Amino acid sequence: MAAEEHSPLAQFEIKPLLSLQVGDLDLSYTNSALFMTITLVLASSFLLLATRRSALIPGRWQSMAEISYEFVANMIRDNVGQEGRKYFPFIFTLFMFVLFGNLLGMIPYSFTYTSHIVVTFAMAAVVFIGVTAIGFKKHGLHFLSFLMPAGVPIFMAPLIIPIEILSYFTRPVSLALRLFANMTAGHTMLKVFAGFVTLLGVFGVVPLMLVAALTGLELIIAFLQAYVFTILTCVYLNDALHLH
Amino acid sequence: MPQFDTSTFLPQLFWLAIIFVILFAVMRRHALPRISDILEARQLRITSDLEKAGGLKEEADQVMADYEKALAETRAQATVLIKQAGEEMAAESTRRLQAIAVDLAAKTKAAEARIATAKDEALAGLKAVAADTAQAATAKLIGIEPRTEQVQQAVTKAMGGHG
Repeated sequence: MAAEEHSPLAQFEIKPLLSLQVGDLDLSYTNSALFMTITLVLASSFLLLATRRSALIPGRWQSMAEISYEFVANMIRDNVGQEGRKYFPFIFTLFMFVLFGNLLGMIPYSFTYTSHIVVTFAMAAVVFIGVTAIGFKKHGLHFLSFLMPAGVPIFMAPLIIPIEILSYFTRPVSLALRLFANMTAGHTMLKVFAGFVTLLGVFGVVPLMLVAALTGLELIIAFLQAYVFTILTCVYLNDALHLH
Repeated sequence: MPQFDTSTFLPQLFWLAIIFVILFAVMRRHALPRISDILEARQLRITSDLEKAGGLKEEADQVMADYEKALAETRAQATVLIKQAGEEMAAESTRRLQAIAVDLAAKTKAAEARIATAKDEALAGLKAVAADTAQAATAKLIGIEPRTEQVQQAVTKAMGGHG
């Protein structure tokens, strides 16, 4: 048990905080759910409290709320265009949820729910299914022409179409894996180097400095991965709306 | 790896769905409309301020144009006045110069007349003195006292008609 506690992977363990059993189904409130709840509370109170006074000239908090709004709004405008506005609330929620999850994970002894493949895959699957549904709703069966890029000679079709199908279905997998792998690898690495600090005694200063530098890097990655997840969602949405 | 423990999937997914939906609802209903209202209000304010500024600028331009016009008019007037004054002054100076010229001519004439009179008088006096001298010299030299008329004639002759 002690060895398990100090394993670099121990931080990813799911621990039920409140057992909840519905029939055969385990719906326990776990540490993962706890940090999702913290995200919900923090993100909501940040945006609601920051905009409480609705000042014409924004203060620091309101400015931050406005910047995050405009950041996502610009991302949609640049990558999807005017038609993307309808999906702004979902994409904004997605960005906030991933960003807060990644950033909360940077707090020592916290839990990173975005380091779990099932969570990232669920989000990627929702994006994938949603985008595909939007594509079919807008273009009908013509959406399938997406699999055959314009200008490709017809005899290439037997080669191109399977490749396009494969690449299309790889999207949710790569979307989910990218976030999961980045978070897992980063946090494992931090934990490993942090373990060296105590092991090496005085010379532990070296890995300590490394951990400090890596923490900075991880903060960047936390933001960057949230950005990548969101922008790829925008790109996929754009493909569905405008076909390549 | 704990991530691949499938028994933890269901509770994670269950709470993920619930919490994500709540977060989505909060963002959509409350947070985002508020921020977009703020941004919109600011945009409106900026637009109206810009419009106001545009109106004021137009007004200022109008005032400036009026001022320029008035200035140009005044300038033209001043030019006319300056020209008039110049002409008047030129006429006056011509008139004065003429008067002076007339005056000078008159004075010159008078002076010339006076000089001529004085010259005549001097010549007349000279002739008398010459005649007297000649009469006295003749008397002394040859002992004959010529008559005054003869002497005067001779002197006049000798002076080459400069009488």
